[in-house]
Amino acid sequence: MTQTKQFGPLTRLLMNDAAGRKLLLVLVLMAVFIPLSNLLLPEGSFFHVSTYTMTLLGKYLCYALLAIAVDLIWGYCGILSLGHGAFFALGGYAMGMYLMRQIGDRGVYGNPELPDFMVFLNWTELPWYWLGFDQFWFAMLMVLLAPGILAFVFGALAFRSRVTGVYLSIITQALTYALLLAFFRNDMGFGGNNGLTDFKDILGYSLQSDNTRAVLFVASVLALILGYLISRFIVTSKLGRVLVAIRDSESRARFLGYRVEHYKLFVFVVSSMLAGVAGALYVPQVGIINPGEFAPINSIEIIIWVAVGGRGTLFGAVIGAMLVNYAKTYFTGAFAELWLFMLGGLFVLTTLYLPKGVVGLWAQLKEKYQQKKHQPEAEDNPPALNTETQSKAAPEQQDKLNFVQGEKV
Amino acid sequence: MFTLFRRVFFAVLLLSASHNLLANNADTQPSLAELSQQLISANYKEKAALAEQIALAEDDQAIVILQALLDSRLYYVKSNGQLLLVDSSGEPDSAQDAFTLQAVTGLGKRDIKKIGVNNSLRVALRSLISRAQISSKHKSQRMAAAQNLLKSSDDIDRAFIDQALARETDNSVAEVLHLVRALMQLKADQTEERIEGLSALDGALYPEVRAGLSEFIRSFSDEEKLSRKNEYQLAQTTLTDIEKLVSINGYIENLYFGLALGAVLLLAAIGLAITFGVMGVINMAHGEMIMLGAYTTYVVQLLMPEHIGLSLVVAVPAAFLVSGLVGVLIERSVIRHLYGRPLETLLATFGISLILQQAVRSIFSPLNREVATPDWMAGTFMINPALELTWNRLYIIIFSLMVLAVLALVLKRTLFGLQMRAVTMNRPMASSMGIKTGWVDALTFGLGSGIAGIAGVALSQLTNVGPNLGQAYIIDSFMVVVFGGVGNLWGTLVGAMTLGVANKIFEPLAGAVLAKIMVLVFIILFIQKRPRGLFALKGRAVDNG
Repeated sequence: MTQTKQFGPLTRLLMNDAAGRKLLLVLVLMAVFIPLSNLLLPEGSFFHVSTYTMTLLGKYLCYALLAIAVDLIWGYCGILSLGHGAFFALGGYAMGMYLMRQIGDRGVYGNPELPDFMVFLNWTELPWYWLGFDQFWFAMLMVLLAPGILAFVFGALAFRSRVTGVYLSIITQALTYALLLAFFRNDMGFGGNNGLTDFKDILGYSLQSDNTRAVLFVASVLALILGYLISRFIVTSKLGRVLVAIRDSESRARFLGYRVEHYKLFVFVVSSMLAGVAGALYVPQVGIINPGEFAPINSIEIIIWVAVGGRGTLFGAVIGAMLVNYAKTYFTGAFAELWLFMLGGLFVLTTLYLPKGVVGLWAQLKEKYQQKKHQPEAEDNPPALNTETQSKAAPEQQDKLNFVQGEKV
Repeated sequence: MFTLFRRVFFAVLLLSASHNLLANNADTQPSLAELSQQLISANYKEKAALAEQIALAEDDQAIVILQALLDSRLYYVKSNGQLLLVDSSGEPDSAQDAFTLQAVTGLGKRDIKKIGVNNSLRVALRSLISRAQISSKHKSQRMAAAQNLLKSSDDIDRAFIDQALARETDNSVAEVLHLVRALMQLKADQTEERIEGLSALDGALYPEVRAGLSEFIRSFSDEEKLSRKNEYQLAQTTLTDIEKLVSINGYIENLYFGLALGAVLLLAAIGLAITFGVMGVINMAHGEMIMLGAYTTYVVQLLMPEHIGLSLVVAVPAAFLVSGLVGVLIERSVIRHLYGRPLETLLATFGISLILQQAVRSIFSPLNREVATPDWMAGTFMINPALELTWNRLYIIIFSLMVLAVLALVLKRTLFGLQMRAVTMNRPMASSMGIKTGWVDALTFGLGSGIAGIAGVALSQLTNVGPNLGQAYIIDSFMVVVFGGVGNLWGTLVGAMTLGVANKIFEPLAGAVLAKIMVLVFIILFIQKRPRGLFALKGRAVDNG
């Protein structure tokens, strides 16, 4: 009982969120047992988790946080960003720059100030934007600020001039594509094609050691839990309801007097920062960050994690990210040729048949069953005209729905 | 002034008795055939003398024979001494009689023998050929020779040029010859002569002229810059004038490249303008439709390897059909269920694009495929020495405009176009007028995809054909449509050309990658100002987005 009092706000967040509670429980258990089993149990033991597996899971957790970030804006505010990988990569680059500075004079060229690639390019001093990245706190600040500022500027411009729907999707894609091209350039000072790699230490601890890996894993779990709670806090607040209102009918929300662009901008910036944190945790575990992270296809893959898991549920995003990435690891290893077919098929099938994702599957089936059972009742209560129920309607009925929706604005 | 100097030259020319070119120009010379026949048994020294005599024969065949000799393609039949021209492979199948150019058949490799040349003979042959060419009857031959002379003006004497100039009747060739002479004048001892040379060089666009001029400027020592001030300044202004002209031509060339890029973007985007603009469907698999068109071209060429030129003509309708059918299939199986949900359509079609890419990778190979370019598309045409335009780009520009025109006609003048526009404007009303909206949707989508396929045929002539071909163009195509304004073919045309030209104009200033980034940023900013593009639709349709 005392606990309830102590974690008052937490209970409020999780009161109506049974799935979220389960998810957090699993995450906490993971945070405790996986590092322990990795560090304490002998390698032959059945319960031993290898460092490889732990790092892989840590990577998935970062992806899950990224998926939450996308779900926050797509699932709750209807902003389909096809460029969220850019914020992830920016956070990753901020972390990567810190890790590069940590190498110090242990690089191939032994220069205590400059990273190897700069020595290679005959640069004599550190560019101004690399200053300060030898400080951990500064780098962490940048992990939040770099994506945040970009999202703020971009979002302020886009939302103010009411760029919405697919137009927004396309220009976010252009944004990440432009960044991809920019980071490929050597004179940008971010290592060009090769990116940043060969990291040695983080905060003085070797990145190769199991202990550091375990700490990074725990940090990823904590970041995911925190990210989930922050997102949950936002969507359960009054602001969150306005966001959903904007998602369902932007014009109506605007006519009701809400400054739609401010709400969108706020959630967009928060989401970009979450993505940045995910990227920052991803880089030390994977050991490299290169411009490939900016590739538009990466950003679109994030969308499919969320779509598979179930958009607008937060925990669905986590499940989707885990599932799809596990499938990716498995299939790219076992049947490399098949993976793109699978991924493509996933896109088509989820959009056609699983509008609510895996987590909505159960509810979807139940609803269908009940609809069959109470056929006459269903006729009295026609399904709401939101996008999710449309796909279940028969094609003829759907045409009608489109018509109604087309006229509604 | 100029004529005076020419006279001086003629005087010099007449005095130079040692000039063997004149001396040998006797009437009593053996025929071309006799001279050439002697090549077979001659040693290298004799060959050089013979070649000189052959060059004097005012006959185009002489040039052909000398050129063949230079390229080691001149052979003879061992048994009867018949001279043959063989192609560079040296295969006897390709043998032609050196004089009649009739094909000679039935020869084995052992029956024929090459007439050998050594390096000093090659040097001599080169200058002989250009001399012989300069007196050729054909303008193009003389022009080529004059341009060759321009490239190597060091080892010729002025008398020869003057002689050629005096004979020259064509203005354009004479112009080049004047330049050659002017370049030689720069090396003369008299100041007036050098100044005359300089003024003759004014406005000449040949790179050799620029090289000669800057060499001339460099040859001034610091004292000379003062003592020969006028000359020095004249040389410098001449050079800057020329460079100004060259840079203007450079801009024109960039504009041309930009228009060509715009034409490619136009081709890639027209299909999208239909599916995205008219139907409101975001087709992320559009790039893969382009790729399918390019692969269709490849397959058509595999089927008819003998007729590369014809294969392109066949590939256009074939690509249209292949991509169009795939488009109809996609529309009927997937997109049909997703109308009114643009974001979901985007995701589903993205999935389709992945599947198509992987399918092509599995069927063909992940590597790029080789698509041949017909002869009539290769090469360049020269407007002036500083401005050469490639044919293939010109064809692409014309082709893309043709496709646009045909499409505009289809939309405006055919029953299908009418139905399509009706469905776009008011679906339920069109439906109640008896239009099968479902089929119009499918055909519209097929049309957009088919045009993407045609774009693929054009692109196969410009870039590598590989599984990622489409991806390279999809973002650009979307930019064009968004920039030009959705649902408007003119907007697409203006958008494509603007973006193409902007890209190529920024390129020399900032480098290719930065130019692309600048254009993308420009569009992102532009969208803020005009969220519906340049030519926005007005009225009810606007609210559907």
